[in-house]
Amino acid sequence: MSIQVTNLTHIYEPGLPTESVALADVSFSIEDGQMVGIIGHTGSGKSTLLQHLNGLLKPTSGRIFIGDIDITSPEVSMVEIRKRIGLVFQYPEYQLFEETVAKDVAFGPKNLGLDEEEIQRRVESAIKLVGLSYEQVAEKSPFELSGGQKRRVAIAGVIAMEPEVLILDEPTAGLDPKAHKDVLKMIEEVHRATGNITILVSHNMADIAYLSDQVIVIDSGKLVTMGTPRQVFSQREKLEAVGLSAPPITQLTEELRSRGIVVSETILSVDTAAEEIAAWLKKNLEDKT
Amino acid sequence: MNKDYMITIENLTFRYGQDQAGAAAVDHVSLDFPRGSFTAILGRNGSGKSTLAKNLNGLLLPTEGVIYVDGYDTRDDDHVWDVRQRAGMVFQNPDNQLVSAIVEDDVAFGPENLGIDPKEIRQRVDKALESVNMGKFRKKPPHLLSGGQKQRIAIAGVVAMKPECIIFDEPTAMLDPKGRQEIMAIIKELHEEGITVLLITHFMEEAAEADRIVVMHDGKILLDGTPAEVFSHEETLKAASLDIPLAVELAGKLREKGIHVPAGIISKEEMVEFLCQYR
Amino acid sequence: MIRDITLGQYYGGESLIHRLDPRIKIIGTLLFIIELFIVDNFLGFGIAAVALAAVIAVSKVPLSFIMRGLKPILLILIFTFALNIFMVDGQILWQWGFLKITREGLMRAVFMAIRLVLLLVGSSMLTLCTRPLSLTDGIERLLSPLKRVGVPAHEIAMMMSIALRFIPTLLEETDKIMKAQQARGADFESGNLVQRVKSLIPILVPLFVSAFRIAQDLAMAMEARCYRGGENRTRMHEMKLKKRDYGAIAAMILFLAIIILESWWL
Repeated sequence: MSIQVTNLTHIYEPGLPTESVALADVSFSIEDGQMVGIIGHTGSGKSTLLQHLNGLLKPTSGRIFIGDIDITSPEVSMVEIRKRIGLVFQYPEYQLFEETVAKDVAFGPKNLGLDEEEIQRRVESAIKLVGLSYEQVAEKSPFELSGGQKRRVAIAGVIAMEPEVLILDEPTAGLDPKAHKDVLKMIEEVHRATGNITILVSHNMADIAYLSDQVIVIDSGKLVTMGTPRQVFSQREKLEAVGLSAPPITQLTEELRSRGIVVSETILSVDTAAEEIAAWLKKNLEDKT
Repeated sequence: MNKDYMITIENLTFRYGQDQAGAAAVDHVSLDFPRGSFTAILGRNGSGKSTLAKNLNGLLLPTEGVIYVDGYDTRDDDHVWDVRQRAGMVFQNPDNQLVSAIVEDDVAFGPENLGIDPKEIRQRVDKALESVNMGKFRKKPPHLLSGGQKQRIAIAGVVAMKPECIIFDEPTAMLDPKGRQEIMAIIKELHEEGITVLLITHFMEEAAEADRIVVMHDGKILLDGTPAEVFSHEETLKAASLDIPLAVELAGKLREKGIHVPAGIISKEEMVEFLCQYR
Repeated sequence: MIRDITLGQYYGGESLIHRLDPRIKIIGTLLFIIELFIVDNFLGFGIAAVALAAVIAVSKVPLSFIMRGLKPILLILIFTFALNIFMVDGQILWQWGFLKITREGLMRAVFMAIRLVLLLVGSSMLTLCTRPLSLTDGIERLLSPLKRVGVPAHEIAMMMSIALRFIPTLLEETDKIMKAQQARGADFESGNLVQRVKSLIPILVPLFVSAFRIAQDLAMAMEARCYRGGENRTRMHEMKLKKRDYGAIAAMILFLAIIILESWWL
C-alpha cells in the first residue's frame, strides 16, 4: 500500500472575493510502511492536506491514490476511504462522548458495520496498543481519565478502525513533558506493530527528526521540499524562508561547525552530538600535547 | 510580613472540595516573591502549580495558611478587588478568557470593572494594545485572530488594569512555536518595565528565561533557586518527569564521556562558548 | 456551511448611521416596526420603503449584502405568501380544484410579503450598522430605568454580549467535532428522523462538554479581572447624544407624522 498525490489543488470559496488557495499543485508519494513527518507553520495548508487524504475535503483538482484506489473519484464510498485512512485530529480528546471508554472506542468500528465479535476484538486490541490496560479503563467514563490518557483513548478510537494509513495532527499538542514522551513512544510502537504508513504533523522538529523516514515541508499551500530528515534539515535557508528551523540540537552543532569545531553536518540526535563533540575534544587535546 | 515582597505565601495548604483526608493539591508551601522579580514555577500536570497560581489572587482561598498580596490577606473580603487588581492573571486557553466580541472592548473590560473614568480607560486601552503590538487589531473580533494574537490581547487586558504583578498560568501551552516566542518576548518586556512576573509553565526553555525557578512536585516544592542551580539537579528533575534544557542534557552526556563541563552551563550559547575555548 | 448565515451580522463602516447612538437606532427600529403595522395601504409602504432606502444609502452597506441575509428566511416568505394567496375569500381570479386565487388574496399576499421584507430589512439594518456590543450597551441603558422594578438590565446585556462573543467559537467547535466524528465514520446525512437525531449525540455531547469548559474558564477569567456585576462599573464608550442624534430624532418624528397623517387621510 502506498500513497500517490498528484497535482493536488484546493481553492476555498472559488469565485467569491474571499477566494483563497489553500493547496497549490502539491505532488508527492509515500511508500508502504513509512513514517512521514509534515511540517509547516500554522495556516500553511497542512490541515487542508490532511483532510483531503481522509476524504473530508474534495480537491478542486488533482488526484490522490491510496494503493490502487483513487479516493477523489466520486464513485468511491466514504466508508471505503475511512476503512483505509484513519485521521486523528488535534486535541482529539474533545471528541469523546460515550459513557465508557470501551463504547467510545467502539464508535468507529460500529460505523464500519462490523459484527459484535469483531468490534470487541478491535476495541480490546486498540486500547492495549495505545498502552492502556483494557481491564482498568474499559468501563470507566472517558471524562474521568487524565489528559494524557484521554488522548490515548481518542487515538485508540481511530486505531480500532484498523486503517491502513494512520494520520495524526499534532498528537502531542498541549501535553506536559511526561505525557508528550509517552504519546510519542506510543506512536512509535503502533507504527512498529502495524507496519502501516503513519503520517505525523508536528511543530516539534526534534520529534519529527527522531521519528520520520521522510519529511514534507509545506508553506503557503505549496510543497517546499521533501526528503529524509537529514536532507530536509540541512537546507537551513529554505527552512528559515518559510519560518521553520532545524531541531535545536542541529542548530547547536551547526553553530559549533561555523565556529570551527569539527563535527559532521546536520546532526539530529543529542547522543550523536555528544559522541562527536567528545571525539573532537579528545583529538584536539591530543594534537596539542 | 515584609513590604519588599509583592507576594508572601505562609505555609499554604490547599485541598479541593470537602476532601479533607485526601492528598492536598498544594501541601505546606511557603514562598516569597520580591517586587520586580521574575520567577518560573515549573512542574508537570497535577503537580499543584496551577492550584498555587489560583490561590495567589483569591480565585481559590487557602485551606490552611495565609497569602499576602501587597500586604493584603487574600481571605479578606474587603480587599479581594485590591488583590485582583494588583495581581493580574493570564490563563492557558486563549479563546476562553476573552469576554468581548471586539478586541479593544475586551481590553477595556478590566478597567471598566474597576470603575475608572472613561477617558482614562481609552488611554490605558490604547497604551496596553500598543505594548503588545496589537494596536492595528483593536477593532477586530477575537475569533479572527491567531492563538498567539488572542493571548496578546488577554495580556493587554491585564496590563490595562495596571497591576504590579502578573501571574501567567501556562500561557503558551496551546500555542504554536511562533506564538510561544511572541508571548515570551512580551513577558520579558513586562518584567523589564518593573512588573513582578510569575510564569507557570512546563516548558524548560521558558523557565530558563526567569531569574528564579521553583520546581513543584506532588504539591510540594522540590527545588528553588536560580536556573543554573535548579538545572544542576538533573536527576531530581528527571524523577519529577520534567525535561531538562538541551545544553544541560548535552553537558550530562559529555560528562558521561569523561569531559568536565561546569555546572553553570544551561543555554545553547553558553555551551557553544564553553566548547569554543578548546579550539 | 454553518458560517454562511449573515442574518444579524455586523457590517463594519464609519457612516452616519454607524455613528448614531445605539439607543436612537434601537428606538428608531422599534418605531419603524410599529409603523409597518399601522400602515394599511401601499402608499404607506412606499413611504416606508423610501425612508428605508435613504437609510441604506447613507449607511453605505451594499444592497447585495443585505439581500444575502434574506436568503435563509426566503422559505418563510414563500410560505406566508402562499398561505395568504390561497386562504382569503373574495373575487375569484383562478381556480383549480379546491385551490383558488382571489383578487383580495393576491392583494393580501403581496401586502404581507412587502411588510415582511420591509420588516426584515429594517431590523437587519440595526444589526448591520451597530456593533453588537454597542447594541447590548444600548439595550442595557434603555432598560436601566426598569432596574428599580427588578429587571436585571446589566445581566441581560452581559449575557447577550457573551453570547455574541462565543457564537463563532462554538460554531468553529461544532465544525471541528463534526469533522472528527465523520473521520470515525459517523454519518449525519442518511437514515430516518430517529436515526438522524441519534446521530447528533456524538456531536452534542462533546459540544456541551466544550461549552461548560468555556463557561468555567470564562467565569474564572472574568473574576480575575475584577468583574463584580454592574455596580460601580464605568464604560469606555460613553453614551452622550450628539447633534446627529438629535437630527435623527427629528427625522424619526417627521417620518412618524407622515405615516400617521397618510393613514388617517387616505
